Amino acid sequence: MNRFSFARLIALLRKETIQVMRDSMTLRMIIAIPIMQLFLFGYAINSDPKHLPAGLLSVDASKYERTIAAALNNSGYYNLQQIRTEQEADEGLARGDLMFVVEIPPGFDRAVDRGENPSVLIDADATDPSAIGNAVSALNSVLADFNRDLPPIHQALPQTPATNFVVHARYNPEQLTVLNIVPGLIVIVLTFSTLFVTTLAITRERERGTMENLLAMPVRPIEVMIAKIIPYVFIGYVQVGLILVASVVFFDLPVRGSLPLLLGALGLFIASNLALGVTFSTIASNQMQAVQLAQFTLMPSFMLSGFMFPFRGMPVWAQVFGNLIPTTHAMRIVRGMLLKGNGWNEIASDVWPMAAFTVAVIVFAVWRYRETLD
Amino acid sequence: MNDLVIDVRDLSRSFGDLKVVEGLSLQVARGEICGFLGANGSGKTTTIRMLCGLLAPDGGSGTCIGYDILRQAHDIRRQVGYMTQRFSLYDDLTVFENLDFVAAVFEMPNRRAAVAEMIERMGLGDRRDQLAGQLSGGWKQRLALSACVLHGPKLLLLDEPTAGVDVKARREFWDLIHDMAVDGLTTLVSTHYMDEAERCSRIVYLAQGRIVVQGGAAAVIGGSGLVTFEATGEGIDAAARRLRGAPGVEAAGVFGRALHIAGMDRTALQAAVRAEGDGLEWREVEPRLEDVFIHMLSVEEARR
Repeated sequence: MNRFSFARLIALLRKETIQVMRDSMTLRMIIAIPIMQLFLFGYAINSDPKHLPAGLLSVDASKYERTIAAALNNSGYYNLQQIRTEQEADEGLARGDLMFVVEIPPGFDRAVDRGENPSVLIDADATDPSAIGNAVSALNSVLADFNRDLPPIHQALPQTPATNFVVHARYNPEQLTVLNIVPGLIVIVLTFSTLFVTTLAITRERERGTMENLLAMPVRPIEVMIAKIIPYVFIGYVQVGLILVASVVFFDLPVRGSLPLLLGALGLFIASNLALGVTFSTIASNQMQAVQLAQFTLMPSFMLSGFMFPFRGMPVWAQVFGNLIPTTHAMRIVRGMLLKGNGWNEIASDVWPMAAFTVAVIVFAVWRYRETLD
Repeated sequence: MNDLVIDVRDLSRSFGDLKVVEGLSLQVARGEICGFLGANGSGKTTTIRMLCGLLAPDGGSGTCIGYDILRQAHDIRRQVGYMTQRFSLYDDLTVFENLDFVAAVFEMPNRRAAVAEMIERMGLGDRRDQLAGQLSGGWKQRLALSACVLHGPKLLLLDEPTAGVDVKARREFWDLIHDMAVDGLTTLVSTHYMDEAERCSRIVYLAQGRIVVQGGAAAVIGGSGLVTFEATGEGIDAAARRLRGAPGVEAAGVFGRALHIAGMDRTALQAAVRAEGDGLEWREVEPRLEDVFIHMLSVEEARR
C-alpha cells in the first residue's frame, strides 16, 4: 500500500526549494522584472501627452500672435518654438521633431482688428492620432482665452469670433488609427518572431551536449554568432514581405517611401533583434532562462516603443529608455517611411542607433562566448 | 618536434574547492595507444579536456602535438580528434550532413571525396541519410569516431568511446584504432573495460587526479605485488561468500566456473584457502588486470 507520506512531500519540497534558490538568475528575474515593469509601465504610459513640440511659423511679428502663443503654451499641450521657413516646418514634421506647426497668416493683426475672422493654420502630425487628439481638443479653450484677452472693442461683439483654428491632419488626414497601428504591428511582429529564434541557439547547443564538440573544433565565436543570425534574417524578410503585402491589401496601407530603403532598414532591425537573441543565449545557462530574458524584453518593446502609447506622452527618462530599444527606432522608420514618405535624410537619425545597438550587442556576445568549458 | 605527441607536466585543475587533477605529468609517444583508467571522477575527462584546450589548467605546462597547451589551443584543435563521452554530434542532422559539417569546419580540401571515403571505410553507407538521432548506440559511436578522424588528426582523444556499445561493435572499434596506430596515429583513450585496457600499449591509472601506476599491462600486473588464487569444484559460490570477509582476502568473486580470490598478503591468503578445507581444488594464478584495478580502487577507498 502506497499511502501519502508527509515526510516524502517535505523532502521533495526541500529539494525543489534548493534548486530554485540555486538558480539565482531566474530567481532574480522572477522577483525583479515584474516590479520593474510595474513601475515602468505604471508611470510611463500616458495617453494624454502634453508639452508637445510645436513650431510657430509667422512672417511678421504681431501682438495677437504673442497672445495665441501664450494661450497655446498655457494650455499645457504645446511647447512652442519659433521657426522661420516653410521648409523648416516640413522637415521638422517629417523627422518627428515637431508634432505641430502653428502658422500665423501675414497681416493677422489687421485682419483680426477688422473682424475678418482670419484662420490660424495648424499642421498636425497625425500618424499617431491618439498622440495629438487631446492637444487638438484643447484648441477650443485656447480660442476662448484668446477672445477674452482681446481689446474691449472686440469683446463688444462676442458673436463673431476674432479668429479660428484650421487643423490640418498631415500624413493621415482621416486620422485612421489603423494607419498608425499597422506599421507598428509590422515592427512588433518582427520583434516577436526574430528575438526568440536565436535566443535558444546557444543554450540549445549546450543542453544537447553538442557545444563540447563545437568548441573542440576550430570555430571562432563570431562565426558561430553570425551563422546563427543569417538564416533568420532571410526568414525575417519573408515575414516582412507577407506583412507588407497583407497590410497594403487589407488595410490600404500606403507605401509612400522607397521600398528598397525600407527593406534595408528593416534588415538592420531584424539583425539587431537576432543579435540580441544570441546575446541572451550566451548569458542564459538553459533554454528556460533564455526564453524568460526574451520575454522580459518584449514588454518594454511593446510599451515604450510608441507602439501602444504615444512616445511623446512618456516622461523624459522613459523616452530615453525607449530610445535604447531598436523597436522604437524601427517603429519610427516604418511609420515615417510608409505614411510620410520619408527618405534617408529623415530616417538616418533612427538608423544609426539601431546599427550601434547591433554592433554593441554582438561585441558583448562574442566577449561572453566562452571558447572553453570553464 | 620530438617524438612525444603529448608532453605535459604538473597539470592541475580545480572546480571550486575540489581538486580534480593534481600534478599530473604525462608523456605519450607517437603511435602509442595509451589507455586512461580510473574510477569515475578520477579526473580522466578533465585531463583530456585540458589536453585539447577545452579547459584551461590552473597550473602546469606542456605541449600537445608540439603546441603549447596554454597558448596554442586553436592549433591543437586543428590536429586533434576529440570524441566526447556523450554523443555530441547533431541528432537532427543525417550521418552524411554531420560528417560534411565537420569536414567543412576543418576546411578540408576535397571535402566530398573525404566524406564519401570515410563513410565507405566505416561501413556507414547504408545509414548515410539517416538522422544521427535515430542511430543505435553502436552506430552513433562509429559516426562519432568517423567525425573525429575525418580531418586526419595526429592525436585521438577518446573519452569512454565504447560505453554502452555491444561487444562486436567494441571489437571492431578497437581494430580500427589499432589499424590507425600502425599509420602513426597516437591515441589516448579512457575506458572502464579491462579487455580494452589490455589492448593498449600502455595503461595510465588515475586516482583522485593523480597518476598512480603506468606502464604496459604486464608491468602493471607485475608491479602490483598482488597474489591471486583460483578454485574450481562444487560450491564455489558459497565459498566466495564465506571468503569475502576473511582476513587477507581483498576480493573474492566467481568468474565463469572458477572462484578467484586476491590479496596482498600471501600467508593470510593461504591460511584462508586452507580454512576452506578440501572441497575445492586450489592453485595460484597470475593476477589479471581487473584484479589489480579492483585492488587499487579499494586501496583508494580505504585512504579516503
